[in-house]
Amino acid sequence: MLPEEVTKFIGQGAGATVAEVEKGAIKRFADAVDDANPVYWDEEYARNSRYGSLIAPPGFFGWPAKLPRGAIFQRPTDVSDAAESRGGLGLALAKAGYPRGLDGGIEYEFFCPVCAGDILTVKSVIKDIVEREGKTGNMAFLIVETTYHNQNGALVAIARATSIQR
Amino acid sequence: MAKQLYWEDVKVDDEVTPLPKVATSLMLVKWAGASGDFNPLHYDDSFASSQGVNSRIVHGALKRQWLVQLMTDWIGEQATLKKFSCRYRAMDWPRKMATIGTPEEGETWYCKGKVTKKYVEDGEHYVDCEIWIENGKGEVTTPGTATAILPSRG
Repeated sequence: MLPEEVTKFIGQGAGATVAEVEKGAIKRFADAVDDANPVYWDEEYARNSRYGSLIAPPGFFGWPAKLPRGAIFQRPTDVSDAAESRGGLGLALAKAGYPRGLDGGIEYEFFCPVCAGDILTVKSVIKDIVEREGKTGNMAFLIVETTYHNQNGALVAIARATSIQR
Repeated sequence: MAKQLYWEDVKVDDEVTPLPKVATSLMLVKWAGASGDFNPLHYDDSFASSQGVNSRIVHGALKRQWLVQLMTDWIGEQATLKKFSCRYRAMDWPRKMATIGTPEEGETWYCKGKVTKKYVEDGEHYVDCEIWIENGKGEVTTPGTATAILPSRG
């Protein structure tokens, strides 16, 4: 059983952060994946496509809005704007015997394309924290849901990321 | 651009056109810069070794994007990737660079998939797929699922 110091974080959210989806960032991202799809690269081609502009690959939402200046990395399960609450959760998990987090996987639901120049509002909430028995001991699964809305207020995507804590 | 896939052309158990990928130390550096994940686990062998993973490992999120590309390449531009999931089940290690632009000999990864379900819902034409990445030994390191809406010939 996870202690209340951990489970009290379930449902806790964060304020919104904003991510601008820059053209250059899209190209850098597609290049790193080695994805030559012209809808990420060729402006004229993209303008004449069903999208009407360059788009971001599904899964790219601009330079990570949650990444503070000077940060080394941030897991998709880190909660934006809630450094304090996340820090508190990290400590509580460590105290409960789960000091280390590993990126476990992700689920996406896509509702509309992300176009170059979009300004996305990014909100995360701690969806669930559950304990499971594993072959090598118990693990805690931390699930963080992030929603992305564009500048027109349309829901663009929902991501559910899992961190495996041991 | 690759040819467009239509819902009528797809059957359950059909193969998603495999996408070969070669993870290199160069690619991991590019990914770090593009994604903002600067964890030295992905570019510094001695740090990685101190973390118990032998040497630098491929970012899970990079493997995720390979699988996204597997789907977007296969379904074509008139189709829409609706749902996607993957799990980082096992680690992968990139090839080192032999020259400034070419990797050493070594592993090639294959992103693969197959159609598990085909259906119409609210007038949209869907396919569900099982997707995965196989390492050079043929082991699945990154399993997942994807759902796409395909255009219909009507």
